[in-house]
Amino acid sequence: MQELVDSLIASGLLPDTVPAWAHYLAAMLLFGGIVVFGFVLPIAGITTWVERRVMGRMQSRIGPNRVGPAGFLQWLADGIKNLLKEDIVPRAADVPLFKLAPYVVIVGFVATFVVLPFSGDLIIADMNVGILYVTSVTALVVVGILMAGWASNNKWSLLGGIRSAAQIVSYEIPAGLSIFPIVALTGTLSMQGIIRAQGPHPWQWFLFDNPFTLCAFVVFFVSALAEGNRTPFDLPEAESELVAGFATEYSGMRNLLFFMAEWGNLYVIGAIVTTLFLGGWQIPWALDGQPVLRNVLQFGVFFAKAYFFVFLAIWLRWTLPRVRVDQMMTMCWKYLVPIALVNLLGTAVWMLVFPEGVPAVRWLLTLGAGVALLAFFWRVRHHVVAAGYGLKQLSFNPLATRRVEW
Amino acid sequence: MGLAGFEVEIERSRNGGGVVTEDMTLNMGPQHPSTHGVLRFVVRADGEVMKSAVPDVGYLHRSIEKIAEKVGWHGFIPYTDRVDYVAAMFCNHGWAMAAEKLAGIEVPKRAEYCRVIADELCRLHSHLLSVGSMAMDIGAFTPFTHAIREREYLNDLFEELCGARLTFHYMRIGGVGWDLPPGWAEKVLAFLDRFEAMIDEYNRLISYNKIFVERLANVAVITAAEAIDYNLVGPNLRGSGVRYDVRKDDPYSVYPELDFEVPVGRGEMGTLGDSFDRYIVRMEEMKQSCRIIRQALRQIPKGPVIAKVPRNFKPPAGDCYVRLESARGDMGWYVVSDGTAFPHRCKIRTGSFSGISIIEHVSRDLMIADLVAVIASLDLVAPEIDR
Repeated sequence: MQELVDSLIASGLLPDTVPAWAHYLAAMLLFGGIVVFGFVLPIAGITTWVERRVMGRMQSRIGPNRVGPAGFLQWLADGIKNLLKEDIVPRAADVPLFKLAPYVVIVGFVATFVVLPFSGDLIIADMNVGILYVTSVTALVVVGILMAGWASNNKWSLLGGIRSAAQIVSYEIPAGLSIFPIVALTGTLSMQGIIRAQGPHPWQWFLFDNPFTLCAFVVFFVSALAEGNRTPFDLPEAESELVAGFATEYSGMRNLLFFMAEWGNLYVIGAIVTTLFLGGWQIPWALDGQPVLRNVLQFGVFFAKAYFFVFLAIWLRWTLPRVRVDQMMTMCWKYLVPIALVNLLGTAVWMLVFPEGVPAVRWLLTLGAGVALLAFFWRVRHHVVAAGYGLKQLSFNPLATRRVEW
Repeated sequence: MGLAGFEVEIERSRNGGGVVTEDMTLNMGPQHPSTHGVLRFVVRADGEVMKSAVPDVGYLHRSIEKIAEKVGWHGFIPYTDRVDYVAAMFCNHGWAMAAEKLAGIEVPKRAEYCRVIADELCRLHSHLLSVGSMAMDIGAFTPFTHAIREREYLNDLFEELCGARLTFHYMRIGGVGWDLPPGWAEKVLAFLDRFEAMIDEYNRLISYNKIFVERLANVAVITAAEAIDYNLVGPNLRGSGVRYDVRKDDPYSVYPELDFEVPVGRGEMGTLGDSFDRYIVRMEEMKQSCRIIRQALRQIPKGPVIAKVPRNFKPPAGDCYVRLESARGDMGWYVVSDGTAFPHRCKIRTGSFSGISIIEHVSRDLMIADLVAVIASLDLVAPEIDR
């Protein structure tokens, strides 16, 4: 970013009568604006559409299908509807806090994109504290949710806010502890540095580096789901218990901001997991002469990997019930934190014993994961056959959902 | 602090470190996503842990028992649909049985079979909604839609049978309104083939899901003695291990001619009488209902479906109490006739009413999230509580 602006000033395209920091600021705002409005907000919106379509398929129904092709523009229609709705502030609410809370939440979410890579060259700022920065700005979300819960002056909101605070603060510990093994392996906190330390092929990913990183991946993904308030950890807004949790009293645009942050967070979770464990944007070809093609391919690979985890989170959400608040805490402190600690120590010992890594273990783990995936799909196939469904009922075209003739 | 008739004492307590804490009074309902209709609970909670949950009933009171005194014997049948609109067939049946007992009417055999088939289909209908909304209250939405999908086929079957999908108005005094439509029996059998596989699928999908079991096992344990003390009936009573079913213990209609079992809770995943037992009893009852329907469709004789009943129906003066096993258990109808064209008095005893009375007892020291699970596991249907 800085180099680009410097080169533009040097080439005379940007006037040097203005101090350089003004150029940096303008470039940052411009590029940041492009990223926020061109990628972050649409990705949050489109994820709602994807979620509703996937959930529709899982529930043998169609999902949104009226606005645009296959209902694709539904997210825009919903967004506009929410913007135009009245912004109701309860009379008993703590007005400044109530109005501020959604912005704190959305800032905590959007700010993570500063260090999230898009491809090898496309990143807003490749900070040397990248992953640490991500964990710290996402902690802002809990402040916003707690503010919303308290300021609404509603007991259901308050319960939601308290649950959220307890949940996010607790689950940040196993999540953080699961990041450390990777940091130890690479010796850097920079997102791009972590990706560059891996390779394009599965056995070159940190996921399969040693058994401890595999465990760390699972712990991190579970903790990230909990931090993102996703089922089975969607306690702060458990609709059957707390009406809508911290968002009960919100309407219109402020409600929209909460939900945008929630769905956008899914992509953030996917992007962080991809960066840390799945080799990020690495592609098998160097493509030195074609920077555009290279970046497009890298972006495609990164996006596909990250979006797989978005799909996984959606899949889990519409499959699993919700845990209770004490079970959630038990899971964090009695299981995930000890496991994460063992992972960290195990990785340290592994690095001490095998400074060069063990290729055989990498291959074995990759093979094991492949076999597990195959077994899983075989099992799904078995149930589909047992249920007597044909291709027609299963095809991914949601419009094919018809009444089963009997 | 008074809350609409509930004098709630706020306890101030000084916990160890000198922090003064207060109980929180939460008003759950009448508008709350998981109160199954219009229920209200006044919850006194210390953080997430409830100290008590006091049910407040009456939001759906429609004076149905009083209406019976004004609309006449035949005219009341559509109103009985609304007593419990999730399982309307049983209320039709109860009213018809009471009137027949008062007037001494012999119901044709075919009509009795039609009634049993309709009743058992209605039990599937009601239990599907119950287990589906249970899963939804625990936070899993997908099983609910799967249950509703199967229920939709049942609705189609009912529509073909009696023209209605929810408030059936199928039974008449002396029989049933319509014979089984041609080809309907085959459709029911085809549905049962599909549905029995669906029960297993549903068990795989949610019943034995680890999180689901953890949420329900050992929660709100009702011992057999407590269940009897609180007058629980139906699946709630059987979930506590008491093998009591009106169809077996006080047989009516043609149930003695049919072979079926009465599933009871076994404490499969935790303590006997916990929420999971009440849930799984309903799943097993659905299998038994399928069995009953198959037998009834095989054994149904030919003949008329309604006895000769005068249009100006005036049963002799007297009173009677009939009971039948509805989807929510022993449903009792006490009807007094004074020999005129209008019933003198009608009192309905329903399972949900005794179900809601135990909530205050079992909710102590549970978490707020458990309360919705308990409400769902007792299968409370608000209109049946208030009538």
